[in-house]
Amino acid sequence: MSVQTQVANRSGLQQRRGRRWLNNESLTALLFVLPSLIGFTVFYAVPAIRGLWISFTNWDLLRPARFIGIENYIKLAQDREMWNALVVTVYYVLLNIPLQTLLAMVIAVMMYRLTQSMLIRALIILPWLMPPVVVGLIWLWLLDPNIGIVNLALKAMGLPMIAFLGLPQYAMPSIAMINIWQYVGYTALLIFAGLQSIPGSVYEAASIDGASETQTFWKVTVPLLRPVLVFVIVTSVIGSFQIFDTIAITTKGGPVNATKVLNWYIYEQAFSRFNMGYATAISIVLFLILILVSMVQMRIMRAGESDM
Amino acid sequence: MTTSARVQAAYRPKKAFPWGKTFAWIGMALLLFVTLFPFWWMLRTALTAPRAVFLETSSLLPVQVTLINFERVLGLVDPQTAIAMGGSGQAINFTRAIVNSVIVSILVVAGQTTFSAMAAYAFARLRFPFRDGLFAIYIAALMVPGIVTTIPNFILVRQLGWLNTYAGIVAPTFLMTPFAIFFLRQFFLGVNREVEEAARIDGASIWGAFVRVVVPMTIPALTTLAIVTLIGTWNNYLWPLIVGSDESVRVLTVALGIFRTQTPQGSPDWTGLMAGTTLAIIPTFVIFMLLGRKILDSIQFTGFK
Repeated sequence: MSVQTQVANRSGLQQRRGRRWLNNESLTALLFVLPSLIGFTVFYAVPAIRGLWISFTNWDLLRPARFIGIENYIKLAQDREMWNALVVTVYYVLLNIPLQTLLAMVIAVMMYRLTQSMLIRALIILPWLMPPVVVGLIWLWLLDPNIGIVNLALKAMGLPMIAFLGLPQYAMPSIAMINIWQYVGYTALLIFAGLQSIPGSVYEAASIDGASETQTFWKVTVPLLRPVLVFVIVTSVIGSFQIFDTIAITTKGGPVNATKVLNWYIYEQAFSRFNMGYATAISIVLFLILILVSMVQMRIMRAGESDM
Repeated sequence: MTTSARVQAAYRPKKAFPWGKTFAWIGMALLLFVTLFPFWWMLRTALTAPRAVFLETSSLLPVQVTLINFERVLGLVDPQTAIAMGGSGQAINFTRAIVNSVIVSILVVAGQTTFSAMAAYAFARLRFPFRDGLFAIYIAALMVPGIVTTIPNFILVRQLGWLNTYAGIVAPTFLMTPFAIFFLRQFFLGVNREVEEAARIDGASIWGAFVRVVVPMTIPALTTLAIVTLIGTWNNYLWPLIVGSDESVRVLTVALGIFRTQTPQGSPDWTGLMAGTTLAIIPTFVIFMLLGRKILDSIQFTGFK
């Protein structure tokens, strides 16, 4: 037998063995993946496509759905309530994100400089673990216009009492404050982890070069934290756009639509007015907005590039 | 002053009062106060007698300490007595809601962790057609906001006749979430391949190697995912609200939301609500006490959620 045939034989053997092994392996793999594939198909993939289809119909759960083309989308472009919801949502995001991120930075730096205590870290993250429903209820009670402790404290200090969640001008800032309370510790902890990952040698170099503390913070710490900050800001912006639970528990979109955010409006359209088609169309617009916002953010903040 | 003395002076700021540090500690104390006070106020209210809450509104300690609110929300007091004490007369039974929350959470945690681990292992280790494409599709689903699939899923569950059943509440998260698979795959990729291969050479099947070698080695990651899933399911509101508001399957968050809208004498039943709220966060508290360190580490490791 020539060397060539030997080689050919051997590779043929390997191939055959490889294929059989692959078959066996792929069959097992398929069984491993199958449950998740069923879950994904039934509750993610098909609903996403079906949602898109429903958004082109006038379905109201009672009569059979009728295809109406882009009518829902034309309607929502002219719907004042929809525009109000969009403005209210953006207003909420603008109230929430900058303050939350800034506070989280301050807290993270404070922790980094002061203490490595696990207990303190555990305590500041506690609100984040609570159901938003519970957080909403606790603050509803704390902010009660008549006997809530916050108003009693204001009164004791000689300040006027405020119906925080009952007045249109205060409702959204109050909701933003409640959610900052819930999420700032978590955000701070992520930034804190980022701070810990910056090697000490970088700071030494900066101090040898005679950088002041402020200079070091803005010229060394912040640029090196960029990937963490991008992650934190992009995910919290996406989360903020979808605020629902806190509003459902405290204001239910009121007073006078002041807190009627997109998700609440979608919920109302779908489950009080049963306009499934219209509600789904709004949800798809929300999806498109989120994609756009994330892309713009990533572009602006040059995601992923640390300056290290 | 000589130069060296000047330098020494410059390097002796320790003697000066550390203003910066003091301010930072004051800030930290303030932060902890703001973080913890609402929890104290919740407990203080839950332990206050229903009528007393309107009388001594700013007492920092519970007024006329009592467990009656917990008894009321657990349905241990009959409605007449509850009304007489100034509570909500509506027969609120959080016992049922707690049981429902426990059932739903256990089902989701068991199902999701098991099936996601199997899939994640296949994605990390096994070779099969369309593997990478399928995984990419799963990951793409991470970016779709919940509300987009919520309405079609509601319609599906309704058509299946699963409204107001446990099946309907757990269905969308029982078999997988894209996050769970993504998270576990990362860990399985880090498992030493040689140990698995040794097990295979010793005659173990793929399943055998997975169950007896890989799973025991990744218990920490599996536990972390289970905790995250547990807390997420326990806290969930929108989905159980729309598919399971009937009392027989109503979970705790939904029950709290409904209880909040029952206003007996114009103002909400604050003591009852805070007792219910306290009950709702006890499990999270306990888990956090037991496994807090693990949760903290995993946040710092992956930034989960």
